[in-house]
Amino acid sequence: MLSFISFSSQSTDSTYHRSARHHPDVEDLMDVDDDDFSGSEPRLTCPGETITSSQAFMRGHGTYVDKEDVIASVVGTVERVNKLVTVRAIRTRYNPEVGDLVVGRITEVQPRRWKVDANSRQDAILMLSSVNLPGGVQRRKLESDELQMRNFFEEGDLLVAEVQAFFSDGAMSLHTRSLKYGKLRNGQLVTVPPILVRRLKSHFISLPCGVDLILGLNGYIWVSKQAKDSDQGEEGFDAEAVYSNQNDDIDSATRAAISRVSNIIRVFADHFVPLTDTLLLEAYEWVIEQEGDAKRLLLGDTGDALVAAMSLRC
Amino acid sequence: MSSRIELLNAGLLRSDGRRPYELRTLAINFAPQGTADGSVTYSHGLTQVRVSVLGPHEPKQGTRRETFHDRATLNVEVQLAPFGVGERRRRGRSDKRLLELAASIKSTFEPVVQTHLYPRSTIDIFVHVLQLDGGLLPACINASTLALATAGIPLFDFVCAISGGVYGTQPLLDLTTVEENDVPSVVVGVMPRTGRVTLVQMETRLHMDRFEEVFRVACDAGKVLWSEMRDALRERTGDLVDKLEAGPGMVVAKETET
Repeated sequence: MLSFISFSSQSTDSTYHRSARHHPDVEDLMDVDDDDFSGSEPRLTCPGETITSSQAFMRGHGTYVDKEDVIASVVGTVERVNKLVTVRAIRTRYNPEVGDLVVGRITEVQPRRWKVDANSRQDAILMLSSVNLPGGVQRRKLESDELQMRNFFEEGDLLVAEVQAFFSDGAMSLHTRSLKYGKLRNGQLVTVPPILVRRLKSHFISLPCGVDLILGLNGYIWVSKQAKDSDQGEEGFDAEAVYSNQNDDIDSATRAAISRVSNIIRVFADHFVPLTDTLLLEAYEWVIEQEGDAKRLLLGDTGDALVAAMSLRC
Repeated sequence: MSSRIELLNAGLLRSDGRRPYELRTLAINFAPQGTADGSVTYSHGLTQVRVSVLGPHEPKQGTRRETFHDRATLNVEVQLAPFGVGERRRRGRSDKRLLELAASIKSTFEPVVQTHLYPRSTIDIFVHVLQLDGGLLPACINASTLALATAGIPLFDFVCAISGGVYGTQPLLDLTTVEENDVPSVVVGVMPRTGRVTLVQMETRLHMDRFEEVFRVACDAGKVLWSEMRDALRERTGDLVDKLEAGPGMVVAKETET
């Protein structure tokens, strides 16, 4: 499987060289009072840095308490809500919340459950009782279903699901109990840092070029051919269609559109730009105007030009 | 001690022109590497080390029995490039020295990484040594600290390591290969905020009277390294935060997520 390694265009200016020496008095510890939090400048922290005294504030994620100080434990920005101080890490694995939409890949088939890789600290778990069984949404689980789990999901399959709950050790429990969730086909997966996918009202985006997008909050984005709206009645839940492993025929124009959108997403991910649907729409129009090959987007300068053009427009 | 190279001349200059307490130039590069969660290429003089951190993630099939139900496991692998040392030689993964190095790094970071937050997970630290000119263990430890911080893994504090030695009665800091071969040396790793020491390693023989002085100087040097590493990390974070906040089409709405 081919995979795309990120651009190296930024490596030239990201090397940090320092050979100057400071007078000791120049370095002083940060003295924190309430005013510091209300500034518009985001306050950056590193592990081991004292944020404030623990007598006035409660500590949240990304911090710990040592004697009387609240100390940051991750690299990120300090956020304060009333009396709660947290540090939001700038780059971290996906932190799941109940109700999040995630795209995942099946890694294992176990008795009555599947293990799903969702770019988080542990694999998520999809219980057999949390999927729609063919022959009606309300059908009872039979013993034959437990023996035929691979007819539904196999190792390597991609699916979109919602986080239902958590297990005691923090692993997610997923469910696909809706007609819009389930196995994915006819498309391509793109991986971005999870922090770039914001919580939107709807994570199912339809672009006018015939491409459908599913923005998983765990950083996995599914770019696919637009699904035809077929009327799926409640009684006729056809297993053949929903759990089939057969891709439809996709014409070359749609394939080119899918490739372009995937490359646009990769460019934005590399420049650390958060993704929204309006941004992707404008970016696609810009790329069409350029009339280049989908591959050209992967060149460093085209990517930089794209990001610059988007900054100007918005 | 008979060596062809004069380690410290009458004017108190070392073989590469440094003063006894002078550290070599630091270069820290945070360019992303493949699918790693955090990565850094760290150069200390001519010693260059690249560390990639992956995790925390689900343990792979083979290592599943090593997981703890209440915390994460650290897995360190060290590889030395064949072109990294003077004489070209391929070193396998089970080379004794590299395994020992990996074990030292692992035991240094076990009390520093907040593993209790990640039950049943694994954190992988992959160390690739590209160039070797003395100070290998300190470079690996400093680079691993930066890589873990970039990966967003919570740490109690930085770990700053430095090598120190004694030439006659004069303590030296940050030894090169030439000096390491001749002079007794000790590697000290400190957590700068509290001054606590997480690693002291010595493979040569050093006189007891000399040890205290070298140790103290090395601890102070750790604090200097800390300010450099912190500034590099802050510069990189500031860069990312600026891109995130000022991205095209972004409405700046402060999310109050706890």
